[in-house]
Amino acid sequence: MNAIEVTDAHIALVGNVVLRGVNLSIAQNQFIALLGPNGAGKTTLLRAILGLVKPYQGAITVLGKPAGQINTEIGYVPQTRSVLAHANMRGIDFVASAIRGAQWGWPSLSASQRHEVDWALDRVQASGLALRAIHEMSGGERQRLLLAQALLGRPQLLLLDEPLISLDLQHQNNIIALVREIQQDLQITVLFSAHEINPLLGVVDQVLYLGNQQAALGTVNEVITESVLSRLYATPIEVLHQRGRVFVMAGRTEVVKPDHCHDA
Amino acid sequence: MMLEYEFMQNAFAASGMVALVAGVVGYFLVLRRQAFAAHALSHVGFAGATGAVLIGCSPLVGVVAVTLLASTWMGLLADRLEGSDVATAAVLSLALGFGMLFLHFYTSGPSSASALLFGNVMGVDQDLLWQLGAISCICLALMALITRPLVFSTLQPEVALARGVGPRKVAVLFLAVVALCTAVCIQIVGVLLVFTLLVGPAATVQLFTLNLRRGAMLAAALALLQAWLGLVLAFYTDWPTSFWITALSSTIFLLARMWRYRRTHRVPSHAH
Repeated sequence: MNAIEVTDAHIALVGNVVLRGVNLSIAQNQFIALLGPNGAGKTTLLRAILGLVKPYQGAITVLGKPAGQINTEIGYVPQTRSVLAHANMRGIDFVASAIRGAQWGWPSLSASQRHEVDWALDRVQASGLALRAIHEMSGGERQRLLLAQALLGRPQLLLLDEPLISLDLQHQNNIIALVREIQQDLQITVLFSAHEINPLLGVVDQVLYLGNQQAALGTVNEVITESVLSRLYATPIEVLHQRGRVFVMAGRTEVVKPDHCHDA
Repeated sequence: MMLEYEFMQNAFAASGMVALVAGVVGYFLVLRRQAFAAHALSHVGFAGATGAVLIGCSPLVGVVAVTLLASTWMGLLADRLEGSDVATAAVLSLALGFGMLFLHFYTSGPSSASALLFGNVMGVDQDLLWQLGAISCICLALMALITRPLVFSTLQPEVALARGVGPRKVAVLFLAVVALCTAVCIQIVGVLLVFTLLVGPAATVQLFTLNLRRGAMLAAALALLQAWLGLVLAFYTDWPTSFWITALSSTIFLLARMWRYRRTHRVPSHAH
């Protein structure tokens, strides 16, 4: 059984077609980088896998079930929202808020649920953040908590939407190494959306590149090529390899620029 | 002694119940950064109260009906209302204006207007006490019911949606609780001072605790303390109760702010 099976999917957002006739078979136990220019539909594809966006044609199957039916078995980290920058609460309470978060009632944890939260925090090396205030944490620390929360319930599939955004290079590398370690230890599938491939080179099993309403799935060497990217950018693309880094060029300008903004 | 008077007994009971509810609801209101919603609802409530009196209903019924309507509308438009402060301000002014107009037609004198705007807890009779008690219980029960999805959806709206909790459903339910809470607060401290019970204690408590459950409980306790201390001071000074509650609420918040500021900006001794 594949982790994700996309069959002839057509997806549109407010009337704009984002993906047209996409077919994908993503095997289990893979670390996959989800790449593509802004607006290519990275977030939309992740939301479609959760059933939050429905294809107007075609189908998406997740772990053998139609998308949206087993979301409790999917760990999802959306792009960080500003709410967390103001959240005057402890790290552990934030992580625990997802436990039975969809059910009515006053939040209270059983011993085994508390144990599960401790496990998740430990898994992302964030036990030290449990009692600290979220709004006083750095972007990298908050990213760890989000990851811990997504691991609750031991999901088979992890969807991470731009987890590297607004992190400096060192924190980017820490998060990537952590996710890779978790992916291999727990034998799960990770879909990791990112702005560019370079920080992920040598870590990912496969690349899923979106663009021009199409998708390409394969190893880095299969996908980051002039013929594939020229199709996805709908313009002649040159791929340069230098000092172990990849530069994607259109004419004389770099199409994908590294995004190491420093977090506040 | 002050508790020999029936009006004081009623005042203590009414302000106590309302303060407990306001503390808890206010805590989540501040967590969601929606304090302005309470402000808006109380203004709309003013028009509801005066309108109800005009057609011969009790003001409380009018406030509850109108604030519930307004809160549902606000919840449904939640994402679109964000940042539309000009539109909200226009609706608020209009609500106050209509309140004024209804008062103008119902000429029972300015004292009832002052009671609505600034509260009249000493004037709570047995009937009103029961009504306040019932609404307070409904508020607390609803709050306890929605807490988990509310917190989840506040912190992680997208993930909550993926797990089947629509942010709009949660927003509508929570704002309904806020509407009911605002309605009972108006009876105690009036339309213009609702913040003093709803937001003051919650904001103060958030400076001291990061623990969600303890925070909600502490906010309720602090609101209760302010309300009852305000009543005692009002009884012995003969100044308005609302003034004392407001003065306590603001003073405690400012002192807490200063204490926090000094603590976080203190130079560590080993730095010398």
